Amino acid sequence: MTGAQILIECLKREGVDVIFGYPGGQVLPIFDQLYDSDIKFILVRHEQGAAHAAEGYTRATGKVGVCLATSGPGATNLTTGIANAYMDSIPIVAITGQVKSFLIGNDAFQEADVTGITRPITKHNYLVKDTQDLARIIREAFYIASTGRPGPVLIDIPSDVQQKEIEFIWPEEVRIRGYNPTYFGHPGQIKKAAKLIAQAKKPILYVGGGVITSGASHELKELAEELKTPVTWTLMGIGAFPAVHPLSLGMLGMHGTAYANYAIMESDLIIAVGARFDDRVTGRLDSFAKTAKVIHIDIDPSSISKNVKVDVPIVGDAKNILGQLLEELKDIPDTQEWFSSVEEWKKKHPLTYREKKKIMPQYVIQQIDEVTAGEAIITTEVGQNQMWAAQWYKYNHPRTFISSGGLGTMGFGFPAAMGAKIGCPDKVVFDIAGDGSIQMNIQELATCVCNKINVKVAILNNGYLGMVRQWQELFYKKRYSHTCISGPDFVKLAESYGAVGIRVSKKEEVRPAIERAIATDNVVFLDFHVEQEENVFPMVPAGEAINRMIDGLA
Amino acid sequence: MKHTISVLVENKFGVLARVAGLFSARGYNISSLAVSETLDPGISYMTIVVDAESEEILEQIKKQLNKLIDVISVTDFTKKEHVDRELILVKVNYSAKDRAKLEAILHKYIAKLIYHKADTAIIEAVGEQAQIKQLIEMLADFGIRELIRTGRLAIAY
Repeated sequence: MTGAQILIECLKREGVDVIFGYPGGQVLPIFDQLYDSDIKFILVRHEQGAAHAAEGYTRATGKVGVCLATSGPGATNLTTGIANAYMDSIPIVAITGQVKSFLIGNDAFQEADVTGITRPITKHNYLVKDTQDLARIIREAFYIASTGRPGPVLIDIPSDVQQKEIEFIWPEEVRIRGYNPTYFGHPGQIKKAAKLIAQAKKPILYVGGGVITSGASHELKELAEELKTPVTWTLMGIGAFPAVHPLSLGMLGMHGTAYANYAIMESDLIIAVGARFDDRVTGRLDSFAKTAKVIHIDIDPSSISKNVKVDVPIVGDAKNILGQLLEELKDIPDTQEWFSSVEEWKKKHPLTYREKKKIMPQYVIQQIDEVTAGEAIITTEVGQNQMWAAQWYKYNHPRTFISSGGLGTMGFGFPAAMGAKIGCPDKVVFDIAGDGSIQMNIQELATCVCNKINVKVAILNNGYLGMVRQWQELFYKKRYSHTCISGPDFVKLAESYGAVGIRVSKKEEVRPAIERAIATDNVVFLDFHVEQEENVFPMVPAGEAINRMIDGLA
Repeated sequence: MKHTISVLVENKFGVLARVAGLFSARGYNISSLAVSETLDPGISYMTIVVDAESEEILEQIKKQLNKLIDVISVTDFTKKEHVDRELILVKVNYSAKDRAKLEAILHKYIAKLIYHKADTAIIEAVGEQAQIKQLIEMLADFGIRELIRTGRLAIAY
């Protein structure tokens, strides 16, 4: 078999049923094989879209997404998507063509040092120098990407390696001596954790993307209910715990709910599960939850004690460890008083906004939530649209909120929605976008229309790069430097691509428009003309303690 | 504070770049780095001297190194009995009348005069950090023209 044939065969054996990509000179042998392969190929309109789509597919399905691009510019266009997957620990495999092996280092046409460029943004990467190594490398790539703390893996394949013929041997086993993730919590640490929990009076569960990755939602719910402990989550942890549950506090941090932030600041025990205490969550570190002891459950030892000092670290898989903890727990603390004070905060400081003249962006999201009964997959762009989508939609299942957390990539949501819809064709998939972000990967409209990937895009059109404008309003004396941004006529634009565009400028039109979009058997752009200078509140100014929020209501 | 750590890595291309990249990307300082093959040609041994401001940073460095797929093991010599050595080559100003003085110094340390001609001498020395430091100070009297060092090598007892 040729290298290209081996690649396709290995991808099939890894269970790959779809590839997002774009052809080019150095991947011609692979594309020739794809011509009659039964793997579905989605031809994107820009390689960045392929990487984000692969990530959207992974996050919606839990299966490893695959993207494919040619050497040089094809590969460099993937990098934002790869970096995005790396920051959010999402397993994707990126395959790139490379110039022929003997030309590497020669500044050949469309050559770039892709393993060099992607080294700091991949979990691991490979340059395949010999076709003999290809099958083993593909096997390792999928294994590394999807195990331990997951992440993107890139395989760079020179075109002569794709062409060379060898005998194909499928490696049954993967053995990498330097890579042995820990999956079960150390029993001694579990005991210590159970003891701390038994002594706690004001415990809180703080959960992140790790719960979703490990599929630990069920165990999380059981533990929360058993302990009667409130649960708050990071942006990446949205969906890990049902938002409608009485113990739910919503998201915490910079744009978290006031009650989540008060609760974690007042708690005496933080049980952190698959979350990494990043700066958007902790705010000013030296004043973060000073009275709380910390149990930190994470599969990545380097996440533990990186930002916050931890009392009981437990390295391993969240699902296993929560299971171990549930077995170990004998004394359940009495949290009734704590639960009452949390309830009090919830009543006193609810998430809210004030009606103004135009459509309120929060209202649009509330309506999408109501119409879809909280059962849609929501992707977002980055900025105000993202924060409102995090605050105002009630996510009750894991893998239903797909957003660029760590890297904060504008232009992520639309291609990610595309990938999610391919992975879950029966689900309604909404990209909640801003008029700025949507323009960053708008070319994927053609991909969606062409492949009948009927995603719905809700553009909260305020004519600004809203989040940056909000910071300029609050911290730069309203000097709106280059944040007023124009866009096309989104309705006409959608129509020109063969999609459907609906403009909405009155409150009473919001709900019917959403209903019509869902009923339409096509890609739909909803252009909501919303209040232009609305802000996301509550807000903790950068570098402040997280209980010092601005609510914007005064 | 300076810490010596050793790292066993897969002997593959790009591994040094991964290790070096990890240090630069996270803003850690490498004081010295020595790399070579081991008896097993598939494995290389790196001795890295790092400048870590705190215990926590040293911990992070070790954890981050362990995270690299090509890293097989990491050993921290900070609290481990070990020997460490460094080799230096020094080019100094030389004149025949200084010879006795120079040889007396070399005798005191594990050092050799390996080349001398006209006004130049090259000295090779092996030793632990303190000895090397002293020797360099002594040689400074002659006028050091060039100094190169391997960086520290360490091995556990």
